[in-house]
Amino acid sequence: MKAFTRETSTVAYVPGVNCDTDQIIPGRFLKADRAEGYDKFLFHDIRRDADGNLDPAFPLNRPGAQQARILLVEDNFGCGSSREGAVYALADAGIRALLAPSFGDIFFNNALKNGIVPVRLPVPVCEALADHLAADPQATVTVDLEAAQVILPGGLGDHAITIDAFARDCLLQGLDEIEMTFTYLDRIAAFEADRMAHNPWLAR
Amino acid sequence: MTPASDTTPRTLFGKIWDAHEILRHPSGQSLLYIDRDLIHEGSFHAFADLKRRNLRPRRPQQIFGIADHYVPTLGRSADDAASPAIARMIRTFDENMEWGGLRHFGIASREQGIVHVVAPEQGITLPGLTIVCSDSHTSTQGALGAIAFGIGQSENAHVLATQTLWQMRPKTMRVTVNGRLGQGVTAKDVMLALIARIGAAGAGGHAIEYAGQVVRDMSIEARLTMCNLSIEAAARLGMVAPDETTFRYVAGRHYAPTDQEWDLAMAQWQALPTDDGAAFDREVELDGAAIAPMVTWGTSPEDAVPITGRIPDPASFASADKRKAAAKSLEYMDLAPGTELDGLPIDRVFIGSCTNSRIEDLRAAAAILKDRKAAVPAIVVPGSTQVREQAEAEGLARIFREAGFEWRQSGCSMCAAMNGDVVGPGERCASTSNRNFVGRQGPGARTHLVSPAMAAAAAITGRLTDVRRL
Ligand code: SF4
Repeated sequence: MKAFTRETSTVAYVPGVNCDTDQIIPGRFLKADRAEGYDKFLFHDIRRDADGNLDPAFPLNRPGAQQARILLVEDNFGCGSSREGAVYALADAGIRALLAPSFGDIFFNNALKNGIVPVRLPVPVCEALADHLAADPQATVTVDLEAAQVILPGGLGDHAITIDAFARDCLLQGLDEIEMTFTYLDRIAAFEADRMAHNPWLAR
Repeated sequence: MTPASDTTPRTLFGKIWDAHEILRHPSGQSLLYIDRDLIHEGSFHAFADLKRRNLRPRRPQQIFGIADHYVPTLGRSADDAASPAIARMIRTFDENMEWGGLRHFGIASREQGIVHVVAPEQGITLPGLTIVCSDSHTSTQGALGAIAFGIGQSENAHVLATQTLWQMRPKTMRVTVNGRLGQGVTAKDVMLALIARIGAAGAGGHAIEYAGQVVRDMSIEARLTMCNLSIEAAARLGMVAPDETTFRYVAGRHYAPTDQEWDLAMAQWQALPTDDGAAFDREVELDGAAIAPMVTWGTSPEDAVPITGRIPDPASFASADKRKAAAKSLEYMDLAPGTELDGLPIDRVFIGSCTNSRIEDLRAAAAILKDRKAAVPAIVVPGSTQVREQAEAEGLARIFREAGFEWRQSGCSMCAAMNGDVVGPGERCASTSNRNFVGRQGPGARTHLVSPAMAAAAAITGRLTDVRRL
């Protein structure tokens, strides 16, 4: 996993509450091999018109928006299907952090495991940031995972990042969770032996 | 958190979680033991991850693979798939299962079906277990009194490699449905009413336990429908305490314990229900008698109203976000505020998906369709090959066919439109599935979520119809 310490970037605002993972990546693209890159599928159907041309009004299609490595989105972002392809599409498009009032649970975990930091911010802060970005599209936000803080422009202040310490450590070090879990293998095996002794039918 | 003493009342959720917690990291994350991991064709990224690491599944006996998302419903071979790319997904699934030495029910297997229908049907899902699958509707399986939830592919690779998963303990929410449901009102309607009330983000971060008279009176199949839709309220999972109904359902299923082991299991299972006085982080109550058959009008499952209702005016929503979202939904759905839902013309009907494709669902739809004819194209996709066979034996298939429905082979089909079964652009579909998202059933498709009986009623009249009138 790509380590994450600190990221400063302009921010693209993609509005819409309950933006589900079907919007982030339509199901028909999930067959693709990851090696081909998933960035071309990001928001595929909602950023194009009926003829498949990029809709200039869609936020990510505006000039300069492609450079943003941070997205501001709305409540319950990434709800719906557990498809990790939604996070692959964001990661392959260079997105490193997401700001929203809330995220779908599975999506939140998927993001952390792919080096993307989902930051929960109160609704009024998100709204104020959206207003500020409308007035100053070049404004930058810093997501500082080391200090567990997000630094907003326009006098909107610093806000704590509430990610549990475990996920934060993994991200900071770009640590591989599977390797880390293997260090507990003795305890897993002992637990398992006991569980199977009481529930022998589980392992047939 | 201090460890619970023996006398502290605990919830169903808490008991199962505690029994699977191998250790707790100082950060608060628990390392959970996973009893069952279910694999489908979409899980191929996790296998690619394992292979890259030169790892193999650690506990093959506890992993089951079932082909569902991409399988064709007009044939039983990968050669029947809608495109070479889809056929490749089905073949890759078989190859991965064989590579991992894993039990799997491929497309031509008699045990094939939608993973969340097959796992309970085969006794793979049992009370007291932790079950994961890289599919959000894994919550379905909590209906038997298990912790069952969807995971991503990175998490899936972790489970395959270690049979464990790092998780933050969710909060708990109890949804109590009191009283009795009216005629024509089903588990689907209860859930759409709940989601309309608490919102599509309403149960975020929570494990829901469904309780109350209505839930106690429900069959396992109805409970499966309820738990299935938990994820549409953003819950981590849904569950129902195991009771006599559960034990009767589980007994004799292929992977369920037998003989002395059954007694051993029962002793554990009977101790699972929530203790009197156990605290939940949130409580929600619904009056079952006040719920009508529901239908969605927008592009989020929270956009649900009784069939007797009208499409709301976006201006009537309290928040600016909601007003914007509702206006956008109505534009996509090509609907106007104030329109009555009863009588709205539709173009096709889909009966299927892990929400509503079990035998009781098909019986409910067939009861409406008997001696009637569908006015619009309609398909039935049974949730499993066994459901299909049972429906044929009971004469339901004949009723569907005589009503003009297509009687298909089992799979996810038009629920997610990944196998090529799609609703056309601009078409309006009355669907028993679980998501009315933009483009979910195909680019430009317009979905109205309803119960199986309501879908059957819509097929007959070609319009959304209050099934209680028929
Ligand atoms: S039927 Fe639909 S919701 Fe259920 S597992 Fe298949 S695609 Fe997912």
